[in-house]
Amino acid sequence: MQLSDFFTDYTLRTITLGTAILGAICGMLGSFAVLRKQSLLGDAISHAALPGIALAFIITGVKDRNLILIGALISGLVGAFWIKGIVKHTRLKSDTALGLILSLFFGFGMLLLTFIQKMPNANQAGLDKYLFGQAATLVEQDVWVMAVVTGVSLFVLLLFWKELKLLLFDADYTKTLGFNTQFLDILITSFIVIAIVLGLQTVGVVLMSAMLLAPAAAARQWTNNLAKMVALASMFGALSGVVGTGISASQSNLSTGPVIVLVAASFVMFSFVFAPNRGLLARAIRFRRNRKDLNLKKTLTFMHHIVRNHENISHPHSIRILNNFHGFTLKTLSVLEQRQFIRIEGDQWSMTEEGFTEATSIYDQLGQTDD
Amino acid sequence: MTSAQIEIQLIASLVAIACALPGTFLVLRKMAMISDAISHSILPGIVLGFFITQDLNSPLLIVLAALTGVVTVMLVEFIQRTKLVKEDTAIGLVFPALFSIGVIMIAKNANDVHLDIDAVLLGELAFAPFDRLVAGGTDLGPKSLWVIGSILLISVSLLLLFFKELKLSTFDKGLAATLGFSPVILHYGLKTVSSVTIVGAFDAVGAVLVVALIIAPAASAYLLTDDLRKMLILSCCFGVFAAISGYWMANLLDASIAGSMSTMLGLLFLLVYLFAPNRGVISVLVRQRRQQLEVALLVFLLHLQNHEEPEERHVKHLQEHINWQKVQSERVLNLATNNNLIKITNGVIDLTGKGRQFTAEALNYITINKETAIEDLKEQFFLFRG
Repeated sequence: MQLSDFFTDYTLRTITLGTAILGAICGMLGSFAVLRKQSLLGDAISHAALPGIALAFIITGVKDRNLILIGALISGLVGAFWIKGIVKHTRLKSDTALGLILSLFFGFGMLLLTFIQKMPNANQAGLDKYLFGQAATLVEQDVWVMAVVTGVSLFVLLLFWKELKLLLFDADYTKTLGFNTQFLDILITSFIVIAIVLGLQTVGVVLMSAMLLAPAAAARQWTNNLAKMVALASMFGALSGVVGTGISASQSNLSTGPVIVLVAASFVMFSFVFAPNRGLLARAIRFRRNRKDLNLKKTLTFMHHIVRNHENISHPHSIRILNNFHGFTLKTLSVLEQRQFIRIEGDQWSMTEEGFTEATSIYDQLGQTDD
Repeated sequence: MTSAQIEIQLIASLVAIACALPGTFLVLRKMAMISDAISHSILPGIVLGFFITQDLNSPLLIVLAALTGVVTVMLVEFIQRTKLVKEDTAIGLVFPALFSIGVIMIAKNANDVHLDIDAVLLGELAFAPFDRLVAGGTDLGPKSLWVIGSILLISVSLLLLFFKELKLSTFDKGLAATLGFSPVILHYGLKTVSSVTIVGAFDAVGAVLVVALIIAPAASAYLLTDDLRKMLILSCCFGVFAAISGYWMANLLDASIAGSMSTMLGLLFLLVYLFAPNRGVISVLVRQRRQQLEVALLVFLLHLQNHEEPEERHVKHLQEHINWQKVQSERVLNLATNNNLIKITNGVIDLTGKGRQFTAEALNYITINKETAIEDLKEQFFLFRG
């Protein structure tokens, strides 16, 4: 495979475009799921869609893509709102509700699928493709459907941007302002269900939740701004779609769905480590710097403690009276000298005027009278 | 029934009990979703073990899978501790990634491996009796019966040994810690037992349906009782019921046993969810409706107590001034008259002596206790409830 194949090979181009759009819409809507602490809702919904797929086939007897999508959509919605019902009306917590709906719907779906396999009507082959998805079955029409849905959901998001943002960060305040939170909740949940159903054909029931989560979790590390996060998440999603499709096309026997998920997971790992401010690396560097700074200040306050009882603050003292316990090392000493807080002559140190002012201000901030 | 059928039902029941025991604690400790994560992410461990041993029932497979389960738990907790993402996001990130690795490992070696991805998700209980444990020429029964039997034995003895500690740390972590029981050890112990159970059950019922067997019986039992012992027993019963009835339904429909077991669990949960006394949806809704009406009644009685002038106490006034719907005001009036709290003469409402006493006591109770639950008072005064 060469890079130019992406533009010349019709099938590959369709699939790449499809997974890219799918990644984008999942990233966009996934941001809301992640911020609302509903990360696993996607997992539950995608599993809950399975009986819908099977029922659509049993009822209509034909394997029509759109009918199956509608079936999946309906059972996904039923699952999503039943979860909300369980949490609202009973004392079961959301994790139990999610696990319940996920496994019970999926089990029922598997029952129906195995039931269909035994049916005399033989053209059922391919329904189990929805378990793990098969990007190769994407055709141009699917890509169009995805593009239209992405457009519509983007439009709705922009239309209700302010309300949704408010709902994300302060649901009670949103309610007191008079917005219909129930409507907004249903709106965002329905769009998440739609995005999941669209992705079932490509990445499958089991891995769909990662498509929703991973780009958003990665994007969250880079910014604290909702708009930027949504944009970044769509970008990460689209990128994992394109890269994943590319990798899986370059080798035989490599299903697209899992590869896309792994690419998205590596984006998450990269972001966890390297994101500025929130990232683990940035955090470790900040810790080190703070610790050094603290040691420096400790040494300086100790010096101040000695010096303040002398008439002449610049009276030299022996270096030997400083010890490790006060954060003293040769390095801190030389840094203090560099900053001109102290002067060193031989094995004696003496405090400068600036050093004394600095130490006094630290001392005042600490608000301590002794030590 | 043939002996194979009996063996299948026996294995299914043992799996159900083995899952229900840790499941009860997972549900109570709000850790239910970790079972979903473990059941998916042990796939690479199983595949790796299968590559090495070429036998789906080898002990090495179980050890490797259980190790992967523990790795999953550690990874999830590591990500949670960085506080970069919320708890549930950490779970949602780890297991699809590990599962993907497993799927890719299977797909890359599809030609020379007899490991079907459908079997991973569904398990194949129907074939379990054919894989037998033979020692010294004697047939000791199906291998999976021994596997799940020993896992069940271990978890039952652990449960009996540490019941008190588990109970305490589940309901009051702080107290457990102050009394010197390490909640951390119990926490990890429970997770290890869960992941070993999941691995053992995996082979019989598959990745996703293990989750159903863990969560659904416990969740149904939780809606029926407040007693931990009863909850454990109930969830075991639910599990066994689903296992046996699921087997016969699968027989009838000629479909997957695991699928029909979880469908039975689903039906069971639906029944409990709707009809459980006190905690079922129907009884919750009925209670809410009753409380609404009774609060309205109380407001109405207080209004009567505060107003002497006849125009404020006229029947029509209810609809005009308090702004109730017609039906609502009729229901409130009926309830009050039936309980002899008011009497109506020429359309003007008067509090009876009993009504006055009730209103005064209720008002007094609410102002002193700052609570609106006046159930005792209602029991005392009401002949009919709302």
